[in-house]
Amino acid sequence: MPPDSPPAAVPAPHPLISSPPTLAALFVAFAKMSLAGFGGVLVWARRGIVDQHKWMTAEEFNETFALCHFLPGPNIVNFTMVFGSRFRGIAGGIAAFSGLLGPPLVIMTILGILYQHFGEIEMLRRILAGVSCAAVGLLIAVVFRMMKPLINKRDVIGLMILAAVFIAIGVLRLPLASVLLVAIPVSIAITYIVRQRKSA
Amino acid sequence: MNPVWTLAWTFGVMSLFAVGGGNAALPEMHRVAVDVQHWLTDKQFADAFAISQLSPGPNVLIVTLIGYSVAGITGALVATLAMCLPTALMAYGVSRILTKSSHSRWPAIIQSALVPLSIGLMGASGFILARASDHTWVAAVFTIGAAALAAGTKLNPFWILLAGGCLGFAGLIG
Repeated sequence: MPPDSPPAAVPAPHPLISSPPTLAALFVAFAKMSLAGFGGVLVWARRGIVDQHKWMTAEEFNETFALCHFLPGPNIVNFTMVFGSRFRGIAGGIAAFSGLLGPPLVIMTILGILYQHFGEIEMLRRILAGVSCAAVGLLIAVVFRMMKPLINKRDVIGLMILAAVFIAIGVLRLPLASVLLVAIPVSIAITYIVRQRKSA
Repeated sequence: MNPVWTLAWTFGVMSLFAVGGGNAALPEMHRVAVDVQHWLTDKQFADAFAISQLSPGPNVLIVTLIGYSVAGITGALVATLAMCLPTALMAYGVSRILTKSSHSRWPAIIQSALVPLSIGLMGASGFILARASDHTWVAAVFTIGAAALAAGTKLNPFWILLAGGCLGFAGLIG
């Protein structure tokens, strides 16, 4: 094992946490992060939980978020349930979940109503067309950032799997479920074999 | 079938396959909402994506807009909960099991096996949305410029979206 690899995961102690947050505090904290979280809530969640409230250490935050990243579904939403339930059981999870989703849900519904009434106005259509071109650019930038480690590692197999999924979903427009039912076992098998060879 | 049930079923199942988060599910949302169910046109889908990026909160809330256009406020609520609640409860269950069991190497293997899949899905999202949004070469150049700017600098994405809105308002895009 290389010397710079992290030590085996040991749950960190909780010297920073004075008292567990109440249900109301969980709701308010996640509502604030969500409303500040423009173009992604993760940065604000880290700031609020680790720096401001000191409810978790940075390591605990990373470990918890990694779990939510590898499970399906919107990561930050998964995170609220796992995080809240750690302090206050399932009720805490629901408090954090509702804080994250409630306020933006109201805003989004109002925007939906406005769009339905005014979406055909020429000026608004033009503005939205411009915003959507920019938003697509931002999404492509995220994809490039995520690809960088694979390119740096010269992970040819990973890049081939990536390209296959891109073509199946983006170009051929095959249904997600059937693509993933093939791609997930194949990718796990290849990862497992590569790791076995490396350790052998 | 009642459209509300269709929404609940569609997004509930879709969330279970959303490996890599909300943006990874965009191609499937587009396929179902535009091509299969005809809830939205291509243009309306691109607009919904733009609105969801412009407003605060997790980006997955594009489902709220889709739900609203299908079945009003009930649809908005049902689509959002169907997309968010099942996997959140699953995450809760798995985190409880993992904290009890000893550390195995399988979570790490599964996690790194899923990385290329989720990047491929997000790349497909970008491709499909670019085809829905970029109808002129000026629009395509602007999208590429926005991508380069966002990837190469730490500029707040809000300014890039604002620039897009201004160019659109000026009639240079679309």
